[in-house]
Amino acid sequence: MKYRIIILLVVLTFITACKKDYHLEKIKGERLSINDSISGVQTIEDFIKPYRENVNKNLDSVISYAVDTYSKTDGEYNTAIGNLFADATLEQANPVFNKRTGKNIDLVLLNHGGIRAIISKGPISARTAYQIMPFENSLVVATLKGEHIKELVTYLQLAKRAHPIAGLNIVLNEDYSLNKATINGQPIDHTKAYNVLTNDYLFNGGDRMDFFQKRDSLYVLDYKVRNALLDYFKKKDTLNPVTDNRFIRLK
Amino acid sequence: MKRRNFLQQTIASSAFITLGGLSLQSFNSSSKKHITILHTNDVHSHIDPFGPDDGRNANKGGVARRAALVDAIRKENPNTLLFDAGDIFQGTPYFNYYGGELEFKLMSMLQYDAATIGNHDFDNGIDGLNAQLPHAKFDFLSANYDFKNTVLDTHVKPYKIYTKNGIKVGVFGLGIQLDGLVEKRMYKETKYLNPIEIAQDMSRILKEEEQCDLVICLSHLGYYYRNFPEKASDLNLARATKNIDLIIGGHTHTFLPKPTIEKNAVGKNVLVNQVGCYGLYLGRIDFYFDAHEKTQEKGTTIIV
Repeated sequence: MKYRIIILLVVLTFITACKKDYHLEKIKGERLSINDSISGVQTIEDFIKPYRENVNKNLDSVISYAVDTYSKTDGEYNTAIGNLFADATLEQANPVFNKRTGKNIDLVLLNHGGIRAIISKGPISARTAYQIMPFENSLVVATLKGEHIKELVTYLQLAKRAHPIAGLNIVLNEDYSLNKATINGQPIDHTKAYNVLTNDYLFNGGDRMDFFQKRDSLYVLDYKVRNALLDYFKKKDTLNPVTDNRFIRLK
Repeated sequence: MKRRNFLQQTIASSAFITLGGLSLQSFNSSSKKHITILHTNDVHSHIDPFGPDDGRNANKGGVARRAALVDAIRKENPNTLLFDAGDIFQGTPYFNYYGGELEFKLMSMLQYDAATIGNHDFDNGIDGLNAQLPHAKFDFLSANYDFKNTVLDTHVKPYKIYTKNGIKVGVFGLGIQLDGLVEKRMYKETKYLNPIEIAQDMSRILKEEEQCDLVICLSHLGYYYRNFPEKASDLNLARATKNIDLIIGGHTHTFLPKPTIEKNAVGKNVLVNQVGCYGLYLGRIDFYFDAHEKTQEKGTTIIV
């Protein structure tokens, strides 16, 4: 037994002594460009093909029709495409919110920057929804007191951008001062709490919409903005959004 | 005591850095070893190349082309390892339609060895990631996400050692703080541990206990945050640790034209690399070893 331990020790020492210690002599680093000078591996191409075809078939199937071309640069304070964003998300999200809480959404605020592409006149496919809303943001409802709604209105007054809104009506004077702001036709009540539909990016302070952090409660709807748009498009044969008077400046 | 000379020359577009020591070189060609490390990060479901009309990346990228490049390099040097530094998911409809299945299957076909987990890999929740794991024939490494109370428990290892031609390559993964970046309901009970402390621990284990010849960190911490210099990042990680040879980074979509050479806590060189995003590039780092007696001290030449 004792000999076996000694032999083992000797063997171990021998192995240790023999273990080569590798010295790092040289390191070479470079960046290799992947471009059309490389022809792809055919088996990989063949493997992707059915997936690609299925995705494209889905994305390119026509789900609605746009009467005109709509761009977010079409108007000063509200645009047809922005109104479509706000109205579509309201129409899709309110039943979800109402089912869970028994309450209704009072107003919608999204952001102008979140409209990522134009809608072109003609057939609308699912791809359109991916183009105008490539991000994965989801819809949330924040309950804000009237005083914080006033901050929201001041934000819009100062932003001078056509941020998509619904349920809210803002009229500015020629000198950009506030003429009036109403929610569903009623003056904003300081004591009342309002349910504001927005997306999680803005809720978390995106575009400096800090007033959302003063909310009383938050409802996560588990409903992606893109999916709400897709569901809305599928419901409507034609899309004919218009610029209206929901947010204007008197001239 | 080690004597260090630092010499930097620029020849054409390449910079040569030599860390010199005692020059007791005894060459033995049979004892030379060569390990090639290939890496990607933030591929974000970019499976097809960008089209010819793309404003920024026209005709760039594509998994099938990446496969061809990897195949050619493996033919040149069979002792090649292929890694990804996270954010495999999210960015094209392939992810929305298949939830990451195709990404994992293709990475398996390309014979990736390991990947770490990026914040976007939680985009379908930790359950969504777990559901796709059967399609991945490679390792997921993360040392600072504690998945003990989640479905990923035991499916993600802190580190793994790959032995190639007798060279032990120790690889560990690091992930970014999820709080504020990913909703809690997505990552559930995943615990984020201080990546710098974990890295100090990991590199000690791999270098001293496991006697690895090479220590590599797959990091999704981000390259560096100029406005938040204290935030955990690859450069801070390089400076605060020792025994790491290479940090393969991600998250910040940083297009480094060549790896950055940073000094670690004991003044030794560490390579930090990141190849932007969307599979537009493949990073390649070659390590050349020679066997020598333990008493010898020699430097390492870095060519980038």
